[in-house]
Amino acid sequence: MSESLYQEIILDHYRNPHHKGLREPFEAEVHHVNPTCGDEVTVRVHVADGVVKDVSYDGVGCSISQASTSVMTDLVIGRPVDEAMSKADAFLELMQSKGTLEPDEDALEDGIAFAGVSRYPARVKCALLGWMAWKDATAQALAATEKEAS
Amino acid sequence: MTTLLPDLTTTPYDVEAIRRDFAVLSREVNGRPLVYLDNASSTHKPRQVLDAERAFVEQHYSNVHRGVHTLSQEATAAYEAARATVAAFIGAQHDEVVFTKNVTESLNLVAYSLGNPGSPMTLGHGDEIVVTEMEHHSNLVPWQMLCERTGATLKWFGLTDDGRLDLADGVITERTKVVAFVHQSNLLGTVNPLPELVRMAKAVGALTVVDAAQSVPHMPIDVAALGVDLFAFTGHKMLGPTGVGVLWGRNELLSSLPPFMGGGSMIEVVEMAGSTYAPAPERFEAGTPAISQAIGLAAACDYLGAIGLDRIAAHEAALTATLLDGLRRISGVRVIGPDSMESRGSAVSFVVDGVHPHDVGQTLDEIGIAVRVGHHCAAPVCKRYGVPATTRASSYAYNTEAEIDTLLDGIEHVKRFWGVS
Repeated sequence: MSESLYQEIILDHYRNPHHKGLREPFEAEVHHVNPTCGDEVTVRVHVADGVVKDVSYDGVGCSISQASTSVMTDLVIGRPVDEAMSKADAFLELMQSKGTLEPDEDALEDGIAFAGVSRYPARVKCALLGWMAWKDATAQALAATEKEAS
Repeated sequence: MTTLLPDLTTTPYDVEAIRRDFAVLSREVNGRPLVYLDNASSTHKPRQVLDAERAFVEQHYSNVHRGVHTLSQEATAAYEAARATVAAFIGAQHDEVVFTKNVTESLNLVAYSLGNPGSPMTLGHGDEIVVTEMEHHSNLVPWQMLCERTGATLKWFGLTDDGRLDLADGVITERTKVVAFVHQSNLLGTVNPLPELVRMAKAVGALTVVDAAQSVPHMPIDVAALGVDLFAFTGHKMLGPTGVGVLWGRNELLSSLPPFMGGGSMIEVVEMAGSTYAPAPERFEAGTPAISQAIGLAAACDYLGAIGLDRIAAHEAALTATLLDGLRRISGVRVIGPDSMESRGSAVSFVVDGVHPHDVGQTLDEIGIAVRVGHHCAAPVCKRYGVPATTRASSYAYNTEAEIDTLLDGIEHVKRFWGVS
């Protein structure tokens, strides 16, 4: 069973998270918590010209939440916001699949390692914590930049 | 209804005989024998409890009270007999036992009743309600809400570094109207000094409300001798069904409390302009109650009584001592709560350095061990001890020394898997 949940890719991201730490500049910062387990993450988003220029974060939590946030930054940084959002949607769909979906490696890259998590309902929220924080922060960042432009 | 109870009063504590009454304890989880150590959250039910519920539902079930037909009378008699059994189990009179849904409802019942019109106490600005920092959310949030409604102030006893109440002077004052506290902490395992708290509360004329969710299942209780005013516990933590809990209150006190919920069964005379209410305990049992669950709870009381709560307590104490001793020997493991057997129950919380409790619990589940992880509905306790969550193992009458050893080996496995050994 441990092979299916704790994939080596997940453990690697957990031990050596990518893009961790809070950086400037950013247009929006959000703090999300998982009230059932106390996991928390702070995410900053820097968006310019419709592109996710940077995502920085800090947080405490279980391996799944921390590794998932690390994978998320790999997948969205440098991409047009629309494309990044569709990756978030694909990851959400995978997490809601209860293990029935064959993950799309081209779209989700290291994110496919989380396919097994979708069979553990108690852990799905952990895997989505960073992604939901990023979507929230990005929406706020877009609203802030639109306001500035108008 | 016949229930076959284990004859364990005169024989040595035979845990294997007890285990045979619990079918689930023979199953496997993830290819390993189930080691169920999540009893502080909810316990399993012996076949005697299931049989009692099934026999009632199959042969005597109907709605209780007011019915004239045979089944309704039989159901009412069985329901009231269950009340009497539960009352006797804690040394109470039968009309002092209110059936609720669970401890949460019992405590909300009290917190709402005390603020409702007709309450024996007036609560407002300047009045104080005292709790402790180790309360389950169910004995904290209802009092916060009562303070919001009335303007009263919430105060609390803090905790010492070793998981005990810090009974500092000045928390209970002449302005204190209610002292609500947990008898045995669900997260720390601490058994609180109930007589001392009752004495302090009585000295200022405050009402005492006790969350006994974790004590009634695990120790002999004579509620009348405790000197407390209101006392709440629940079925599913003592081998009984979910959906049925208890609020005990001294007869004269229950009689003076106004209703919490309105509806059927709790009334005396109903007119369009207003109603009068039934005496306690019916006054507090609006709507159709959890009938078969109450009968199951009574069967659980019989089952526990046949083994003997003192014998269960001694069995658990031996298991807990083994667990604490074993945890001390594992480097990088820290117990959150009393690290001795002095005034402590069988719930043992701990953290494994470098591994999040979620990952500890998941890794243990993979080898068949069920423990609970998280803040255990006592988030302020985690904050007090600087941890986001804990892993909690809690044993009961049916756990074995071998299972504790399996858990200790499991924790070593967790450390190896996560590379923190």
